[in-house]
Amino acid sequence: MNHPQPISFVRQWRDPGSSRIPYWLYTDPEIYRREQERIFNGPHWNYVALTAEIPHAGDFKRTWIGERSVIVVRDEEGNVNVVENRCAHRATQFCQEHSGNRKDFICPYHQWSYDLQGNLQGVPFMRGIKGKGGMPADFKRENHGLTKLKVAVHNGVIFASFHPDVPDFKEFLGPTMLKYFERVFDGRELKVLGYNRQRVAGNWKLIHENLKDCYHPGLLHTWFVNYGLWRADNESQNVMDDLHRHSAMVTVRNQGGQGEATTGVSSFRADMALNDGRFLDVETEPWWDGPTAVIQSIFPSVIMQQQINSVAVRQVIPRGPKAFDYIWTHLGFADDTPEMTERRLRQANLFGPAGFVSADDSEIIGLVEEGMVQDPESETFCELGGREIADTDTHISETLIRGMYEYYRKVMEV
Amino acid sequence: MDTTTRFAIQDLYADYTRCVDDSCYEEWPEFFTDECLYRNVSRENFEAGLPMSALALESKAMLKDRVYGVTQTIFHAPYFQRHIVGIPKIISESDGVIVSEANYLVIRTKLDSFSEVFNAGRYIDTIVRENGRLKFRQRICVFDSELVPNSIIYPI
Repeated sequence: MNHPQPISFVRQWRDPGSSRIPYWLYTDPEIYRREQERIFNGPHWNYVALTAEIPHAGDFKRTWIGERSVIVVRDEEGNVNVVENRCAHRATQFCQEHSGNRKDFICPYHQWSYDLQGNLQGVPFMRGIKGKGGMPADFKRENHGLTKLKVAVHNGVIFASFHPDVPDFKEFLGPTMLKYFERVFDGRELKVLGYNRQRVAGNWKLIHENLKDCYHPGLLHTWFVNYGLWRADNESQNVMDDLHRHSAMVTVRNQGGQGEATTGVSSFRADMALNDGRFLDVETEPWWDGPTAVIQSIFPSVIMQQQINSVAVRQVIPRGPKAFDYIWTHLGFADDTPEMTERRLRQANLFGPAGFVSADDSEIIGLVEEGMVQDPESETFCELGGREIADTDTHISETLIRGMYEYYRKVMEV
Repeated sequence: MDTTTRFAIQDLYADYTRCVDDSCYEEWPEFFTDECLYRNVSRENFEAGLPMSALALESKAMLKDRVYGVTQTIFHAPYFQRHIVGIPKIISESDGVIVSEANYLVIRTKLDSFSEVFNAGRYIDTIVRENGRLKFRQRICVFDSELVPNSIIYPI
């Protein structure tokens, strides 16, 4: 890396492990296509919605799995269905609203209509007019419904999959990840506070890496270093499922200020003092059970954030090899006091596309992508804490990133 | 509304625009009263009555903290911004409290790149007079833009 080296366009993962990750994984259209096939359309559960977003019969929300547009809808029986937003006739992406309420779905092109389970109901002029035209005699409506996805609803969170052999949801998460998932989503009623949507100029995997990279928060983010929210001397746990694809970064905040964790750290500002302390008016909640922040990356579609009183679901939607959409659903709980809601809203100023902390991340990811485009055959150096993959109790480690790429390599056969 | 006040409102908008486009961020909080609300919020949240914003600052002190963030702590690739602000529509005026709105367009120019529409929306403002100067008691920037291109760093 330190020596001059002309670029080449060889696509080869030279190292056997996952501690050196070639840049072409983040730039190559062929790799991106295979990810759509094997990851987003593979046997994985993708986050799509919260049941709180579709409380009543006919309520729907439109979203994406990979690049495929899907509709999450509650039917008359109260069941949650996920169907592809694409007419079975001529492919019209018929639903354009973010959300709403419908008795059925009608494609505007030729008015094919579908019920809330995605079954084809009506086909205009199916038997022709005046004995002429119409569908062939062997046409059966039941063969021409919308694509129906597999659905898993767990404690108010809805996941879906295009893959017929997707494992049971709890098995998909594994016991350790399920424990952290249920720490936030324990079945209590959720309250959606609003959305933030951004397009980030980098490969989708970079945001998972960002939330598996427990090393950077105490370096990139002045707010985290100064106020002790996330930094090198926090008590921490960084853990994975058995296949190492999912992870949870767990930390306990400290008092911040000067110390071993700020020595030589240029983002630390000894003279920084908030004019309005309400940004960090943190109230410890009993369900935290110790950690003050848990960031859970559920491969491949979502990151669950609890950082002090701010709770958010961050959905990841790939938009070509060099961009992804990052959709934040900011949350509270139905039994929050008005003061707690206010606190969650205020602390959300640290997160989202304009956040005091999160803006650092989306900006840096853009620059990482630019760097990778320069020389796709080169590779990241990801050996902090060694080359092995194991849970750890220090933030000075890149083990979670190595874990994800170990799994990725198997699935992608690269 | 008398012509003097109408011109004063237009001056307020023009001065604000110059301030945020010329990167005079230290002056930015002074366009607001001590107790104030500055909100950048998507049209989606605003029309649905959802309280979440991209940014919501509730005091001049918070605006000062944002300036410190913009100039000292938030890592970002540099860019220029250029606001094109429409003529304000005065909605109401009573007891010295003026409610007015104006369309805005923010063009972002990143280094080595083309100028592009960054954020398009509408200001919904509450303006009061303080020591002879008009100030925003509330400035809500409701943006149509469905996706924020990367991040919002500088004040809109």
